[in-house]
Amino acid sequence: MAPLLSVSGLTVDLATPRGTLHAVRDISFDINAGETLCLVGESGCGKSMTALALMGLLPNSATRRARHLAFEGGDLANVTPRKLASLRGNRMAMIFQEPMTALNPAYTIGDQLIEVHRRHKGSTYAAARERAIELLEKVGITPAGERLGQFPHQLSGGLRQRVMIAMALMCGPTLLIADEPTTALDVTIQAQTLRLLIDIQRDLGVAILLITHDLGVVARVAQRVAVMYAGEIVESATAASLFRKPRHPYTRGLMASIPIPGRTPPGERLGSIPGIVPSLIGEVRGCAFRDRCAFAFAPCAETVPWRADNEHGWRCTLPEVPAEAAA
Amino acid sequence: MTESYAPPLLEVVGPTSGALLRRRIFTHKGLLIGLTLLAIVLLLALLAPLIAPHDPYAQDLTQRMIPPLWYEKGTWAHVLGTDNLGRDYLSRVIYGARISLLIGFAVMMISGLIGAALGLAAGYFGGRTDMVVTFFITIRLAMPVILVALAVVAMVGGSLWVVVLVLGLLKWDRFAVVMRAATQQVRSLDYVTAAAATGASTPRIIVGEVLPNVLPQLIVVASVEAASAILLEAALSFLGLGVQPPLPSWGLMIAEAKAYMFFSFWLIAIPGTALALLVLAINMVGDGIRDVSAPSGRG
Amino acid sequence: MLAFATKRFGLALLVAVTVSALAFLLLRASGDVAIALAGEGARAEDIENIRRIYGLDRPLLVQYFDWLWKMAHGDFGQSLYFKTEVWPLVMEKLPTTMLLAVFSLTFALAVSIPLGILAAVYPNSWIDRLCLALAVVGQAMPNFFFALILIMVLAVSLHWLPVSGSESWAHFVMPTITLGYYIAPVFMRLVRAGMIEVLASDYVRTARAKGLSQTSIILKHALRNALVPIVALSAVQLGLLLGGSVVIETIFALDGAGFLAYQSITHKDLPVTQALLTLLSILYVGLILIADIANAWLDPRIRVG
Repeated sequence: MAPLLSVSGLTVDLATPRGTLHAVRDISFDINAGETLCLVGESGCGKSMTALALMGLLPNSATRRARHLAFEGGDLANVTPRKLASLRGNRMAMIFQEPMTALNPAYTIGDQLIEVHRRHKGSTYAAARERAIELLEKVGITPAGERLGQFPHQLSGGLRQRVMIAMALMCGPTLLIADEPTTALDVTIQAQTLRLLIDIQRDLGVAILLITHDLGVVARVAQRVAVMYAGEIVESATAASLFRKPRHPYTRGLMASIPIPGRTPPGERLGSIPGIVPSLIGEVRGCAFRDRCAFAFAPCAETVPWRADNEHGWRCTLPEVPAEAAA
Repeated sequence: MTESYAPPLLEVVGPTSGALLRRRIFTHKGLLIGLTLLAIVLLLALLAPLIAPHDPYAQDLTQRMIPPLWYEKGTWAHVLGTDNLGRDYLSRVIYGARISLLIGFAVMMISGLIGAALGLAAGYFGGRTDMVVTFFITIRLAMPVILVALAVVAMVGGSLWVVVLVLGLLKWDRFAVVMRAATQQVRSLDYVTAAAATGASTPRIIVGEVLPNVLPQLIVVASVEAASAILLEAALSFLGLGVQPPLPSWGLMIAEAKAYMFFSFWLIAIPGTALALLVLAINMVGDGIRDVSAPSGRG
Repeated sequence: MLAFATKRFGLALLVAVTVSALAFLLLRASGDVAIALAGEGARAEDIENIRRIYGLDRPLLVQYFDWLWKMAHGDFGQSLYFKTEVWPLVMEKLPTTMLLAVFSLTFALAVSIPLGILAAVYPNSWIDRLCLALAVVGQAMPNFFFALILIMVLAVSLHWLPVSGSESWAHFVMPTITLGYYIAPVFMRLVRAGMIEVLASDYVRTARAKGLSQTSIILKHALRNALVPIVALSAVQLGLLLGGSVVIETIFALDGAGFLAYQSITHKDLPVTQALLTLLSILYVGLILIADIANAWLDPRIRVG
């Protein structure tokens, strides 16, 4: 079966006063219908840019190129802005990190939910309102009817994020892109929201592209994972495979630096990755991680091959990286 | 085991705030143009006795209504022509600059001092004083400036100093508002409270902290009020209730020329343009200062 | 909401009373009224006569309360110059000024809002620069100079409009344009700055992500938030217009309250001047009050609980 979303060779360049910033460099991934792919990486690795690129929400200073970009079988790379706008909120939807500011303070929740349905489905006010109530209940907001008439500032952060999720689902999209949806929420609310996403996927069969920097979130929600570093996907695997045997030195470093309950032996020191992310302005050759990698050697400065072992792929010059990192 | 404090990997070295400010000033076109224009007008005004080709008050009825140089009947003897009483227009315009600049500066200083003092008091003492000052400000805002100015001048008689005084005593509100806000902000800073607790001289601290912070805002307000004062004086003089003839106030010149404007448009165009250019220059300087002194975060 | 409005109203009332007292004091304090009324070269006994007739020899406080009392009953006295009752005179001229103010405000908004939106949607483009240039010129140009230019161009050269008077709608056109241009720059800058800020906000990004049309995003989502300060500013600017109408009405001989103010002041018609000052101040206070309430109503976040 063809994947729901197929991305091949996606590149995003940003024009800055100091030169061209290569935010996303030739990445490729697929998402199948009804599955959750997590895009993991630290701030600035290009994961949010990827999401914006897919939705066509990049700023004016950005240019997007792709070898191949297909969604629901149709080309996504060369569509007109109008066609893209008709897909947004309709077939593919996005929720953002900051629920506190993501809703318009001047209009009621109901108004904002209803307008997207009427825009894409041409429905009547009554029909859209019913759908809004249905979804509010689905995300666990009751009494839904009352909430419709409320303004965003009357809701808490967690509730607002639920409203955002409901709003994204109004037109029954097949793909939901969630950019760090739980980062700005309290820990307990985080768990609830993630739970909600899992339930939604199970009940509605929506595919989810979840962007996060938190491996904990990945462990809870992901079926497949793609690790991004400095604009590139450095490792891609099923969640199980990734956690069982991370291949890329960066992924390893990430895993070593967070305690994973049940896996990290007690009393063990947490690792850290020395160095900083390299600048992506101007030409970038070879492996972007080599300055921080304990195993880097001369060939790492040239083009780095993509290796694959069944469904598990990673980008490294070394076929096999020793289990123990040099101190 | 104690953690060793690792030295930072990268030392961020940037330009000092003085150098940064200078760079900003010199790249802000609006500010530079405005300052240049202002400097030109200032120079003209200061050097008026030396630059003006004629006595601005000297009438010569044989030389009435000569058009400026670029007209057919123009002459080099009177580059900007003469008015209905034969007075050289260029000289009158140059001397008129003195009046406008004087008005702008004097009103700005008077209203600035009043407003800043009130605002400082309101912000520092808070409570009753703040309530009273705020009430004053509201009262002042409820009065239409031009009407009050007109009425007072009509009663007392028009002259340059009357206009300066009346406008100065009316236009202090914005200064007060800005000063009050800045003082309140500083007053709530932790170290001010701490200093007060140790018996340090709070007024000195507050004034020492408030003034540097509020200075850019005050300058912007000052420019707005100065420009507004110049336009108000022009309007008052135009209506006959401002500066009295034969003073070459630009507003007055327009009033005097109104009767002849259909045939000798330059008579109103020249002082009108002069007013617009001066006010424009002041506005550009004010805007420029506001842009340049914006917090560094905006880059 | 109601408590908020009531509190504001009470304050407004206090301010209005104080201002009326100030207007009263101001006029009497800026010179001996009797001398001013008598005119130049008056004899001492004439001045004394006038003093007695107008009750100017009584204590100031008595004069004030007498005036206040009469004012509460709608008696503003007699106009010295026009020889009729003040109140009907003012009421006759006021509608013209109100009309002019409303026209001018409408004109200013009609010009500045679309331009401000365009400038914000296409920042740093030629549209933006044009709007900025217009705003800058508008703020620097003396309004009476602009009025004269308009007269020269539209009335004299092109004969499209009448020069002065107030008989027909055509007579309102140039005064409206003059006053409108006088206050438009402030609005334009506010709209532009507000729109730029709002267009960069998270909720506009959400609106885009929902695939809403560009029109809907700009006009429904962005503008609604960017316009909030405009309403309050409108009220304040309206006040400015009422004051600024003095000069403009005089130039165009538009028979409104502003022209009346000019005439009464130049002819030292004290009762009329006083009445106008008081009336205008009360209107100002009312406008500020409306502005405050409108602000609270428009931004749901301000009306707490």
